[in-house]
Amino acid sequence: MDNLAETTSLSRLFALSGQAGDRHCRPVTGGARFSLRVPQASLGAAGEALGLDLTGPINRAVSAGQRTALRLGPDEWLLLLAETDAATVAASLSQRLTDGLYSLADISHRQTGIALEGVAVTDILNGGCPLDFDPAAFPVGMATRTIFFKAEIVLWRQDLTRFHMEVWRSFAPYVWSLLANVGCEYAD
Amino acid sequence: MLLIPCPYCGNRPEIEFAYGGEAHVVRAADPRKEDDAAWTEFLYFRKNPRGDHAERWRHAFGCGRFFNVKRNTYTDHIEASYRIGEMLP
Ligand SMILES: [Zn+2]
Repeated sequence: MDNLAETTSLSRLFALSGQAGDRHCRPVTGGARFSLRVPQASLGAAGEALGLDLTGPINRAVSAGQRTALRLGPDEWLLLLAETDAATVAASLSQRLTDGLYSLADISHRQTGIALEGVAVTDILNGGCPLDFDPAAFPVGMATRTIFFKAEIVLWRQDLTRFHMEVWRSFAPYVWSLLANVGCEYAD
Repeated sequence: MLLIPCPYCGNRPEIEFAYGGEAHVVRAADPRKEDDAAWTEFLYFRKNPRGDHAERWRHAFGCGRFFNVKRNTYTDHIEASYRIGEMLP
């Protein structure tokens, strides 16, 4: 756990610092992220350690307080946490999952967040993402890995007109400029 | 755009997927006991039919899982998708 505590104390350079963007998009700085892999048998224990119910369906988000888990695959979750919470979460998981059959990788610095808001947001996303954003197909609370132009992204629908996007930091300027490019076509 | 049914995520657009070639190609338990012809067959030769084909796909920009699809290579009609380890329906 020592190395995890050390990681969170490093100063961060955010991928989109100082970049002009579109009015629909806002960089989300800070936050800790973990990639969590847990086998079916340990879902209950891992959920208790996190205070989150991990048994819900794939491609859905569950939140409690500042902690969020996006179920990206049958055994894969993306945890979004407050930076100060990272060491606590890692410690409580290792305490509960004593068989060691799980993996928790700190990817806080690998990706960065983008908040998207407005009635045009689904149209802007469809400029580079082929998913159907009708609420029946992509309801509020859905979260999935997908593609935006050529970059891998994770999309979480927080409200009908509000999304949180996670993108690898080296792809962030690419995604950011394409969002602005498509976004300038929309009045609101 | 072709929609591919991922057994985990449901129907998703084709560009989220990576093609993985013919499914159910079985590797010999002990390749040292294979003769050259059989080993060559395993390594290089595939059915490549015009019609029904069992093939592997990976939901690369999605859940990340490999799975199998039964697809008609002529019409692109997908008859079934099923998880790795399951038999061709
Ligand atoms: Zn999938």
